[in-house]
Amino acid sequence: MTARAPSIPYQPRGFGLALETAGAWLLALIWLLPLLYAFWTAFHPSAYATRFDLTAPLTLENFVAAWNAAPFARYFLNTFALVTLILACQFVLCTLAAYAFARFEFKGRDVAFLLVLLQLMIMPDVLIVENYRTMGKLGILDSIPAIALPYVASAFGIFLMRQTFKAVPRELDDAARVEGAGPLQILLKVYVPLARPIYIAYGLVSVSYHWNNFLWPLIVTNSVEARPLTVGLQVFSSTDQGVDWSIICAATLMTSAPLLIGFLLFQRQFVQSFMRAGIR
Amino acid sequence: MTGRTNRLEALHAWLLLLPAMALLVLFTHWPAVGTFIDSFYSTPRGRRRSIFVGLDNYQQMVADPIFWQSLTNNLWYALGTIPVSIALALLMAVWVNDRIAGRALVRMAYFTPTVLPMIAVANIWLFFYTPQYGLLEQVLGAFGVPAHNWLGSPDTALACVIVVTIWKEAGFFMIFYLAALQQISPVLAEAASLEGASRWTYFRRVQFPLLMPTTLFVLVNAVINAFRTVDHIIVMTRGGPDNATSLLLFYIYEVGFKFWDSAYAAALTVVLLALLAAVALGQYVFLERRVHYR
Repeated sequence: MTARAPSIPYQPRGFGLALETAGAWLLALIWLLPLLYAFWTAFHPSAYATRFDLTAPLTLENFVAAWNAAPFARYFLNTFALVTLILACQFVLCTLAAYAFARFEFKGRDVAFLLVLLQLMIMPDVLIVENYRTMGKLGILDSIPAIALPYVASAFGIFLMRQTFKAVPRELDDAARVEGAGPLQILLKVYVPLARPIYIAYGLVSVSYHWNNFLWPLIVTNSVEARPLTVGLQVFSSTDQGVDWSIICAATLMTSAPLLIGFLLFQRQFVQSFMRAGIR
Repeated sequence: MTGRTNRLEALHAWLLLLPAMALLVLFTHWPAVGTFIDSFYSTPRGRRRSIFVGLDNYQQMVADPIFWQSLTNNLWYALGTIPVSIALALLMAVWVNDRIAGRALVRMAYFTPTVLPMIAVANIWLFFYTPQYGLLEQVLGAFGVPAHNWLGSPDTALACVIVVTIWKEAGFFMIFYLAALQQISPVLAEAASLEGASRWTYFRRVQFPLLMPTTLFVLVNAVINAFRTVDHIIVMTRGGPDNATSLLLFYIYEVGFKFWDSAYAAALTVVLLALLAAVALGQYVFLERRVHYR
């Protein structure tokens, strides 16, 4: 593609290219500015939080202070348990349901599928009042399963898997059946392996969504034992103990670090996953 | 024989569906219906049980200035975030699609806000907006602009929140445009250049129409996000100052979990659900028309 690049029309050249490059870089710089500012503040003593001086000493003190000021280790553990629980349940439930929608003929299938798609519009994020009451009745308020439950049966996941399974050639299915495999065996031996890239894509999207989710966990949790990172960060940074921005910035970067580092290392996979999961 | 295998197949299918369906009913369908029912009852308080009150909650809502302000705020918020973030996303995609120097780095810069938690983003921007020593004030101060409390004054608070949302969303929408741009056949560009079309004409007449499905997809996502994401409101302004940044879902959160008035919160949720349903319906109608047009 690069070899014949000069012949591609509408690729800017010369002055136009320079102008476009400048614009793109300027916007990129503006885009990174707030983040760079947070980095600067987090890695320098608070005396330099808002004073820019290239000779300012670098320090990790702020991270140590943040780590010691709140039970972040526990929050990390909670978030880790939360995203693992959600992802594992989503994989199982969505795979089973998608298989039924993709490869079974039965009465009421279209109605059932429509009921599933309804969740794309009425998301659990909106039904906070009723879901809170349900969790109260189930007696599991302030627990990690309570955060996870409304999201486990994901319409988006079912839809995505169904599209993928529908694209699997029927012949493979029939061949397995002739060899005497039952429906579940066919699912595990034929469909799931073929859908691997979609599982990875969906997994990345799901993990980043639930790592970052805030409102519902804020409502439903109440204690250090159940609180995920996002809520922990909010509790930590909203207590009025004389705002030390250096420490708050450090805590903020710390909570986002796993996803941020993962993104920087596996950029292509991240972008492709978000794209694949979005475009379907 | 076939009748029996059919019934067996249907049984298998429903067994496969059962776990997902049960959870969907419990946490999506039932709560949606329950919200609707609860909006006609009073909130149970202490020993007082909840009783049927007809349209009382809705009457309260119509007379509630904070509800109207949250709704108008939300519409302004949608109007402020959606067109700008979509236009920026398109611009970013076009730029990153061209062979500019260091485009991988530029693309990374645009996309990074997407992977950050909204609450972390809000914290970072809260600091950015801080009166006196925040970066914004320092930069503007260098240009001689008088000091201003950006998040603290009702005139600018909503705009500040809008900027944050645009910053977070544009890079996300960019990747969809980028994917769509890369799928446009180069033959079209060659044909257009043979016809002597300018780059702007090529964009307006060829690229932009071909990107329509992407624009629709992004638009629907942006609209839904405008009504369901309030994390940054909770962190940055708590709806203030003077309800200037209160969005509908934030108000529902306040009514439901600060004032514990679940019946009124249910009535407010019904409005939010109706808005989301209108979006879905609009998308459906638009898609139908496009199919007929083709």
